[in-house]
Amino acid sequence: MNVLLNGESIQLPEHVVLVSDVLKHYEIHDKVVVVEVNGEILTSVEHQSTRLSDKDKIEIVHFVGGG
Amino acid sequence: MNNRYSRQELFSPIGKGGQERIFNKHVLIIGAGALGSGCAEALVRAGIGKLTIVDRDYVEWSNLQRQQLYSEEDAKNRLPKVIAAKNRLLAINSSVAIEAIIADASVLELEDWAKKVNLMIDATDNFETRMILNDVSQKVGIPWIYGACVGSYGISYTIIPEKTPCLSCLVETVPLGGLTCDTAGIISPAVNMVVSYQMSEALKILVGDLDSLRNKLVSFDLWKNQYSAIQVDKLKKVDCPSCGKERSYPFLSFENQTKTAVLCGRDSVQIRPSSQTVRDLEALEQLLAKQGGTVQRNPYLLSYSAPPHRLVVFKDGRVLVHGTKDISEAKAVYHRYLG
Ligand SMILES: [Zn+2]
Repeated sequence: MNVLLNGESIQLPEHVVLVSDVLKHYEIHDKVVVVEVNGEILTSVEHQSTRLSDKDKIEIVHFVGGG
Repeated sequence: MNNRYSRQELFSPIGKGGQERIFNKHVLIIGAGALGSGCAEALVRAGIGKLTIVDRDYVEWSNLQRQQLYSEEDAKNRLPKVIAAKNRLLAINSSVAIEAIIADASVLELEDWAKKVNLMIDATDNFETRMILNDVSQKVGIPWIYGACVGSYGISYTIIPEKTPCLSCLVETVPLGGLTCDTAGIISPAVNMVVSYQMSEALKILVGDLDSLRNKLVSFDLWKNQYSAIQVDKLKKVDCPSCGKERSYPFLSFENQTKTAVLCGRDSVQIRPSSQTVRDLEALEQLLAKQGGTVQRNPYLLSYSAPPHRLVVFKDGRVLVHGTKDISEAKAVYHRYLG
């Protein structure tokens, strides 16, 4: 499916269906993240249960420690 | 009176009144690395009344690529960052009161410092200190601005007690082990971008224009050309241990403070003595000189080279063991030379 990820249009592979799959796909599943889908912010439990659909607008912010 | 602030006063959201308010404020910056340098210079140029800057490290060659306050001379002399920073900042604006503190920001000290300031700026390189900072901010009731960067990526969020979610709310139950330091390098534009986000929010807070605060968690990647801003108000938790109704400030308890730390992205371990001490660096220099190896000393620290390790001993008793990432190896080296 095609989604808008952090403002960029992205074609996701077929096996990516859940928000948690997106995090794995971009190798940030072991990071601390905040995810918003279509303007709705998700709790970390909801990452596992939220299915994505075509044209979804996803924002992902991951926390880093450097400075 | 010269007109050094005229352009800032012409900017109507600040104006003459805002400039006056900035001059009456005291800001604490924790960390004098890349973000700390940038934030300190911005505040000092903007005419902050007083600035306290805290850092545990000294200037090295690898800092010069992005830490804008430091020069080759500072790296050669291994000057503590806050001392080098103070020299440069006073040259930029001599009317600002600058307090330079060479120390590891620990719980007790942070609480003391926080009570005297209007705002805290996060310029640390680790989450352990940030969580302490977060609890202190909630306990004392003053805002702090989170900022961090790695590679070409950066992130920032402004935390206002009793208003916004706090850092604990945002990072939830994730174990702190998952927030280890990053070793992916860093480019200076990413630093400057985070500094810009932190400092525009800081100016809004200092002039009292809270309605103009961004109110979003912002992140960007300058290399991948990405930008994201998320409204995170919904993540504020009533049962948060740091900002909730029955808060316990978990990161202020002594059990949570480590005495050793592997330094971010460096082949070094810091060892902090369990009780506060003042080391006689001159006596130590004589002692170590007898053991072979090279000793160098400046008024703030002593560097002892005993390949493959190098020890840097600070007056406050802290020791950096370079040449290892292994805590037990570092402890062994520490005890071999320093008892
Ligand atoms: Zn909280």
